[in-house]
Amino acid sequence: MKKVFTKPKSLKDAPFHYCPGCGHSIIHRLVAEVIDELGISDCVIGVPPAGCAVLAYNYFDIDMCEAPHGRGCAVATGFKRAQPDKIVFTYQGDGDMAAIGTAETLHAANRGERITAIFVNNAVYGMTGGQMAPTTMIGQKTTTSPFGRHPEVEGYPLLITDLIATLKGPAYVVRHSLATPAKILATKKSIKKAFEMQIKGLGFSLVEVLSPCPTNWKLSAVDAFKFLESRMEKEFPIGVFKDVTKG
Amino acid sequence: MENKVLMKGTDALAEAAIQAGCRCYFGYPITPQNELPEYMARRMAEVGGVFLQGESEIASINMVLGAAASGVRAMTSSSSPGISLKQEGISFLAAMELPALIVNIMRGGPGLGNIAPNQGDYYQATRGGGHGDYRTPVFAPASIQELYDITMYAFDVADIYRTPVMILGDGMMGQIVEPTICRKRQKIDLPPKDYILDGAKGRPSRIIRSLILDTFEMEEHNWKLKRKYDLMRGKLPQHEEFMVADAKLVIVAYGTAARIAKGAVKRARKEGLSVGLLRPITLWPFPTQAIQDIAKKVKHFLVFEMSTGQMVDDVLLALGGKADCEFYGRPGGVVPTPMEITRIIGRYWVQKEISG
Repeated sequence: MKKVFTKPKSLKDAPFHYCPGCGHSIIHRLVAEVIDELGISDCVIGVPPAGCAVLAYNYFDIDMCEAPHGRGCAVATGFKRAQPDKIVFTYQGDGDMAAIGTAETLHAANRGERITAIFVNNAVYGMTGGQMAPTTMIGQKTTTSPFGRHPEVEGYPLLITDLIATLKGPAYVVRHSLATPAKILATKKSIKKAFEMQIKGLGFSLVEVLSPCPTNWKLSAVDAFKFLESRMEKEFPIGVFKDVTKG
Repeated sequence: MENKVLMKGTDALAEAAIQAGCRCYFGYPITPQNELPEYMARRMAEVGGVFLQGESEIASINMVLGAAASGVRAMTSSSSPGISLKQEGISFLAAMELPALIVNIMRGGPGLGNIAPNQGDYYQATRGGGHGDYRTPVFAPASIQELYDITMYAFDVADIYRTPVMILGDGMMGQIVEPTICRKRQKIDLPPKDYILDGAKGRPSRIIRSLILDTFEMEEHNWKLKRKYDLMRGKLPQHEEFMVADAKLVIVAYGTAARIAKGAVKRARKEGLSVGLLRPITLWPFPTQAIQDIAKKVKHFLVFEMSTGQMVDDVLLALGGKADCEFYGRPGGVVPTPMEITRIIGRYWVQKEISG
């Protein structure tokens, strides 16, 4: 009998600890499938963040090094500069990437570091229990914005992907969403392209993925995916922001 | 014969690092140590290494982390305020047991302070510095030759014990120029780097992490680090004794302060006072045993630091009340002359009614 669906080789045989309906499991799988398809599992180094996905190294069957909170792009820079022939990627949440690690992220992008950043945006701090993130939307209630994020008090959501696309260093900057199966497949295509651009040495590549956090959004898994499409995609439009291979 | 050249402290340190095989330098500008990254920017290009100016001290130490996890000899350098920013990364290096060299060319503080030579970071350097239960070996050279030799040795210590290592100098040590023999690296047997991440080719994948959620597992990791620190306490302490054999009073000072104290001891000797100097070369582990051995005969100690008094605590701990110990300090970036210290010695000698 022909096997049509199987666990990617780059994932260990370990059950995910993520909450039901969480997007991390899907994104882990997409990244692992891409690593398998590109045949780079023996020359790739992953840098997981502080946050829910810190335990990514329990699931990926590749070399992985934890980074201090927000410092993923700096740690990845160290790896890539020391071993230019390796494929290096970070896997970061919104707080990691767009609050505490804004400087590291922007400067690595601006230097055009030949690394790939997978940026998972769910508009809250997940692991710490649902506090306001740099990407929390106006009016969105979190444990530290209990009355809803108000621009006069907490400012506006930071669209770091849009910011990075204005720099000269990055080669490929895209935003995707996990809202539907078609969008999930499109996300995977971009993750693959981002890795390919690193392999070709074209520059920094960033794939932002809008991802559901049912637990901290206090929604069912199904409603969380609906919220992703009806709310998040309005605030964070999906699309290709920069692609140096397209004139 | 080996070639002796005039070298500035920062240049000697950088060249020694290159000779020791350091091939990754990451740093951020701060006075008084800028000549070090400037030297590295030129030299790394010549030897095919990596020089990268990070966007901050924080980024730089984390680049060191990535390079160290790659198995490359890596370093960063900074001065007091910058070292404060690096402490998070140093804690991670200690937790992950990654070797690296961190250079602190101390300046006046706290805060922005000033850019003059100072020894106010002793506590930070010798007590781990960042969060959590760890220690970092700290070397405090007092001549450019020693700075050169210790830099090379520091990389070996980092590799042998898989630990971040610190060289603690001050603005004076960075700036002075002295004849230095640029020795070549003596290769010694080092443990295999079987922890590095270079792509899991032909071997199981590896993880480098510091998160250990299970409390008992974390406790075991803490005890493992402790056993390593105990091993270092046994093997690493270094010190220099100067005219201690017949001394009735021993000055304890390190780095630039020890150079000044040495001049003061020579002057005091001319005045007939039997004074000696103990100079800790390792600040952690502290040469506790050496002080205790001297305290069997000597009953008067005087600690001199370019701070309001930090190392004096370690001296008091070592003495355990078995000898009298006083302190003299000049904080703020003030560098006293040997004559001033000689006066202090004379005053102390009379006050304590020391004879001989």
